[in-house]
Amino acid sequence: MSCQCTNEPACRTRTPEQAEKYNELERYISTIPLEKVPDRKRGYLIQILHKAQHIFGYLPEDVQKYIAERLKISHAEVYGVISFYSYFTDKPVGRYKINVCIGTACFVKGAGKVLEEFKRRLNIKEGETSGDGKFFLGSLRCVGACSLAPVVMVNDRVYGNVTAEKVGEILKECTD
Amino acid sequence: MKVNLKINDLPVAVESGSTILEAAEQLDIRIPTLCHFKMDCFHVEHKCGSCRVCVVEVKGRPNLAPACCTPVMEGMEVKTNTLRVINARRTILDLLLSDHPKDCLICPKNLNCQLQALAQEMGLHHLLYKGEQSTYNKDLSSAAIARDLDKCIMCRRCETACNTIQTVGVLSAVGRGFQTVVAPAGLHPLVETECVFCGQCVQACPVGALSEMDYKYDVWRALNDPSKTVVVQTAPAVRVAIGEAFGLEPGSISTGKLVTALRMLGFDKVFDTDFAADLTIMEETTELIERVKSGKNLPILTSCCPGWVKFLEHQFPKLIYMPSTAKSPQQMMGAVLKSYYAEKIGVKPENLIVVSVMPCLSKKYEAKREEFSHDGVPDVDIVISTRELADMIREAGIVFQDLDEQDYDSPLGESTGAAVIFGASGGVLEAALRTAADWIAGKDLENIEFTAVRGLDGIKEAEVEVAGLKLKAAVCSGLGNARKLLEKIERGEADYQAIEIMACPGGCLNGGGQPYHHGDMTILKKRLDALYREDTGKPIRKSHKNPSIQKIYEEFLGEPGSHLAHHLLHTTYVNRKQ
Repeated sequence: MSCQCTNEPACRTRTPEQAEKYNELERYISTIPLEKVPDRKRGYLIQILHKAQHIFGYLPEDVQKYIAERLKISHAEVYGVISFYSYFTDKPVGRYKINVCIGTACFVKGAGKVLEEFKRRLNIKEGETSGDGKFFLGSLRCVGACSLAPVVMVNDRVYGNVTAEKVGEILKECTD
Repeated sequence: MKVNLKINDLPVAVESGSTILEAAEQLDIRIPTLCHFKMDCFHVEHKCGSCRVCVVEVKGRPNLAPACCTPVMEGMEVKTNTLRVINARRTILDLLLSDHPKDCLICPKNLNCQLQALAQEMGLHHLLYKGEQSTYNKDLSSAAIARDLDKCIMCRRCETACNTIQTVGVLSAVGRGFQTVVAPAGLHPLVETECVFCGQCVQACPVGALSEMDYKYDVWRALNDPSKTVVVQTAPAVRVAIGEAFGLEPGSISTGKLVTALRMLGFDKVFDTDFAADLTIMEETTELIERVKSGKNLPILTSCCPGWVKFLEHQFPKLIYMPSTAKSPQQMMGAVLKSYYAEKIGVKPENLIVVSVMPCLSKKYEAKREEFSHDGVPDVDIVISTRELADMIREAGIVFQDLDEQDYDSPLGESTGAAVIFGASGGVLEAALRTAADWIAGKDLENIEFTAVRGLDGIKEAEVEVAGLKLKAAVCSGLGNARKLLEKIERGEADYQAIEIMACPGGCLNGGGQPYHHGDMTILKKRLDALYREDTGKPIRKSHKNPSIQKIYEEFLGEPGSHLAHHLLHTTYVNRKQ
């Protein structure tokens, strides 16, 4: 199943890599029986957004419009849902997603200082991605590893007993 | 099936499915509301229950219930004014006001604000809560609609107007909690969106969060510039609504007073957009007959409404060959004034300032479309709404209701009954049919009222037979209805030859720039009646019989559809699909 969008100019300017991502999204959407539920298409919005974010890494405006058109709802409505859930993001996210746990145990053991050190070294704020697109810095509340507090996650990897001094080492390990 | 209940100990029986609010209305018991918005003649009811101002006590329920969205039940006992209810309402209002600017004195909705009215009604004189205040940048990006989100109370009425009624779909709640705002996707400024500037959101907004872009001062400056000749044109729907701003009964016809007031403000000439409406009929009807005879490019769609045209350009770009190429009356008037008239009075186009008074906010955007400027000189320089003109009249110390009645200036002030009904949904089509019938039959027909296309219904149909030529026509107002009709056309399920479309439900009489009706639909019905009364009272009721129209073709344009007419009075459309 190829791209179903009627937005021809945008469609033509896509790189083959982007086009393949749209095709993957379309393959997913085509498994949903949209035509059977003319009035309840918006009910599928969140699961499609999940899939799209998984494919694209984030939800750029073109993808939002594509989904809006496929579900026959307005772009504003799609954006409203994306903005409501902190899980969804419409900004590109760095290849290394650094999340500092600031749950109670980690916070008491000095997670605040760890977070500050990441901000200082990467020169970005919480929720931002570095200019080179390599690092994303965020915080989360408890990953269930309180005995290792303070805890930092980089993509799927967990670092325990992190101190401000160890931040440099963690960043060094992030090599492309 | 009827349901029996008691409100404040008074028994009442209402249809099942009714709300407590509706039951209370039957007993003439007033329950204050704020987010609730009902336009029954367009079958729209916004009752999201977000503001909670309408809470009442229901016996047997632990919590207070919002009257606007709680259905009645058999045996229900409701109290609308107990101490508990009053305290709750005051707290709610107090909390709403804690995050609302207190600059009512300089707010564009001052004295037209439903939050202000509620605070007064509930006698709220002390505020208990001080908390965080929203601070957003104003969105003044478009020429038509101003957004001041600090004033938004999250009633979501604008969303219903934009998404449900108009299906334009530009507005949505964005974010969550205290940071929530109603905004376009991506928080983009309005000018970068598919907004058509119909202004139905401005009509729906109970507070000053949405209002028109204000051009009054530009008009004052032009009027006081000795190097400029300043002329004004007034749209049909203005004359049946402006009186409301001065306490006149809705439905009062204020045409004569309007002209007098404009002269007193200092306009050099007062012309009537109705003249240009007659001109529009000449061009559009010529095109209609051509297309019907050739059977090509049907149906023909009307093109007077800039909101509707922009909607088509964004949402149905494949159909942009369908609208008549005739410009809207506002723009025809501008084009004629800056060419024919400027030459006639010996003034350079750049020294002739054309001001429009419109019931519409989209006209502000239309005047700025690049097709409507020549060498940087716009055909229409400044557009103000009915409300802005009322403000100017008041500011100038003119007592509108006591004015005598004067006539428009000649020659661009002469008009027919066919033109005045442009202000109502169905009017443009009826005016075109009056002329088409005469032209096809080759004689002056007497039966000129096509009543099937009148009224506030969203979609109207009529089949007319004129001298053997059968015409199937449709009229629709409100863009949600337009969408339904256009989708039918796209699927090839409609066989109309002519369709009139107006963006605002009911047509221009319910435009975004008209005095606020706050959901009172009787006002719209009275404006509608007034337009048809004005039509009936006119000595000439067919556009092609207007002597000034006949003269402008003789002297200047040649004939309808001529090369010069095409150059001046016709336009093109743009595919705006993003």
